[in-house]
Amino acid sequence: MFEGVPLQWFLITGTIMFFVGIYGFLVRKNLITILMSTELILNSVNINFVAFNKILYPTHLEGMFFAVFIIAVAAAEASVAIAIIINIYRRLINIDVEKMNEMKY
Amino acid sequence: MIDFSYTIWILLIPLFMFVVVGLFGNRFKPIVSGIAGTSGLFVMWVLSLVTAYKYFFVLEKAADGSFQKLLAVNIRWLNLTDKLHIDMGVLLDPISIMMLIVITTVSFMVHLYSIGYMDGEKGFMRFFATLSLFSFSMLGLVVATNIFQMYIFWELVGVSSYLLIGFYYTKDSAVSASKKAFIVTRFADLGFLIGILMLSFSAGTFDFLSLTDIHGPAMSSGSGVMFLGLSTMTWSMIFIFMGGAGKSAMFPLHIWLPDAMEGPTPVSALIHAATMVVAGVYLVARLFPIYALKAPVALDVVMYVGAFSSIFAAVIACTQFDIKRVLAYSTMSQIGMMMFALGVSGYGGHEGLGYMASMFHLFTHAFFKALLFLAAGAIIHAVHSNVMNDMGGLRKHLPITHATFLIACLAIAGIPPLAGFFSKDEILAAGHEKSLMLYWVEMIVSGLTAFYMFRLYYSIFWGKDQHYHHTPHEASWTMTVPLMFLAVGALLAGLIPFSMFVSSDRMPFMSHIELGIAIPAVLVGLFGIILATIFYRKETTIPDQVFNALGGFSRAAYRKFYIDEVYLFITKKIIFNYVSRPIAWFDRHVVDGAMNGVAYVTNETSERMKRFQSGQLQQYALVLVSGVVLLTLLFTYLWTN
Repeated sequence: MFEGVPLQWFLITGTIMFFVGIYGFLVRKNLITILMSTELILNSVNINFVAFNKILYPTHLEGMFFAVFIIAVAAAEASVAIAIIINIYRRLINIDVEKMNEMKY
Repeated sequence: MIDFSYTIWILLIPLFMFVVVGLFGNRFKPIVSGIAGTSGLFVMWVLSLVTAYKYFFVLEKAADGSFQKLLAVNIRWLNLTDKLHIDMGVLLDPISIMMLIVITTVSFMVHLYSIGYMDGEKGFMRFFATLSLFSFSMLGLVVATNIFQMYIFWELVGVSSYLLIGFYYTKDSAVSASKKAFIVTRFADLGFLIGILMLSFSAGTFDFLSLTDIHGPAMSSGSGVMFLGLSTMTWSMIFIFMGGAGKSAMFPLHIWLPDAMEGPTPVSALIHAATMVVAGVYLVARLFPIYALKAPVALDVVMYVGAFSSIFAAVIACTQFDIKRVLAYSTMSQIGMMMFALGVSGYGGHEGLGYMASMFHLFTHAFFKALLFLAAGAIIHAVHSNVMNDMGGLRKHLPITHATFLIACLAIAGIPPLAGFFSKDEILAAGHEKSLMLYWVEMIVSGLTAFYMFRLYYSIFWGKDQHYHHTPHEASWTMTVPLMFLAVGALLAGLIPFSMFVSSDRMPFMSHIELGIAIPAVLVGLFGIILATIFYRKETTIPDQVFNALGGFSRAAYRKFYIDEVYLFITKKIIFNYVSRPIAWFDRHVVDGAMNGVAYVTNETSERMKRFQSGQLQQYALVLVSGVVLLTLLFTYLWTN
């Protein structure tokens, strides 16, 4: 399906996704959006794994499995994060990250 | 060869008593600690007597006929390097055995006496615990095998003396007296320590056996380097004598001894009359071969200091009214005579007569001076006052105390055949051989001694009855038995042929009473007694007339020649203002300032830095990302170059 597409394109896509994720993580105020940004970062890594595996070592599957693992871990992490966010919401009636500055000096 | 290793128990028993009574004495009735301490001392007394008997009569002498020096016990206690090590042990030779007997006898008597004297006092148990500590340290001092062990125990007796002088710690005068005693002797001990270091540096050993060996390393070293015209060895011996002078209350380090009378009277008898204050004499005697053969100038210093102290203290003693202070100055005067006797002595045979005389006087003095103090304690116990103006006519009320006090007075005045006569006669004979002027000085001192002792005697026991709160009566048997025992000692101790046991080279020799010296000495003593009888037998105005006739001199003597004032001037006006205050300023502003500065800078820095801990999640993330980016750039740069 992706025959003939050069490796660089995948990597460029991954890099763009990664930095979009970083940007979102740093500037968005809504916790849900921040969580989504982390998912973007993880998935950019997944793209790299799969692309490297597919193009450099077509006979192996390690990259694929890594991607699967990361997806699983990300799912678990997302559920935990959402649980935390719900708890924060119950307490503060708010999920603005700038309001959550209790843990300081 | 006899095994003397059991003598270590003479040291361990009082240490054990100190720990047990000190820690657990409170669990029992006070009397238990008194009985425990006294019975411990009794065992030690018996052990000492057995040791003395075995040493002098059973043990065979060395090849040249002298008494051996034995290392009964020796433990390597602090092993620093192969050559530098500090030992602990028991050294037996004639003078250490003589001191064992003196200390255990007096200490035993004082323990027994204290059961009666201290009865009902707060801190009865503390008193006995500290007394045991003192006995332990004093015995450790005299049996020391090396000069460092002696120094350690030397400081320990200082501490126990401090604790006992300050026994009534709620009384301001007692507290300041204990501090004074500790600081003055501690200052003198600084000289002692310097002397020890100089001596053992040049001789290469701490050990008394090799230090006092006349063919040993100490005799062949330390004469090269000169300072102010004196050799290293002479300086070190002068410094060591400074320590001895501090402990033995020699002029000008004597100021603590009269004030030390603030302590309970049995303590004065034990520590400040019979044992601790003669430690300085013992120290000089212990190192006597070095003094005599290697540092004659230092020995001259000993002689002059001793002679001056004896006459100085005797004059002051004639003007004091506190009976314990009179006895304190008398002690200082008698110790001055012992020092003088050491100072005039030579080494070996009949030359060493002064050495023998000094030890002999130490021995007899311990008996009659302890007796005088204990009798004074019995009087104070009966009258509740220290001042002789509050006393009078007590001979009817206190017959036993009266008789024993009289014996002690006759003994110290040198009336034959009591103990003081023999030892004082030897001292005068030794002085006569060396220096005629100092011989007459000591003759005057013995006259003054007789005078002030009988001044004391008449003021206490004769004259009119004063208004006592209750009729004075004799104390319990625990107090009178020691008096009687010591009175027997004061009567008979002089009859011991002392030169057969103790001499400078440990070789027995015969000494004789020289009539040419004994007769004038007795006459001078009798003259002093008669003068005191005329002055004080009945209340007359003669003493006041004499006092006024001497004018400034007698007032100065009454004020102890202003030595305390001189010390106060030097310390308060000079040292405090020109040394201590600048140091205190430096400490407060420079040392403390530096510390405060460090603390201030740290505080300010953290105050600024804590702003980083904002609690803002995205700020942290930004820092993290920037860090990663920076590191990536850095490593890329490094990698490609």
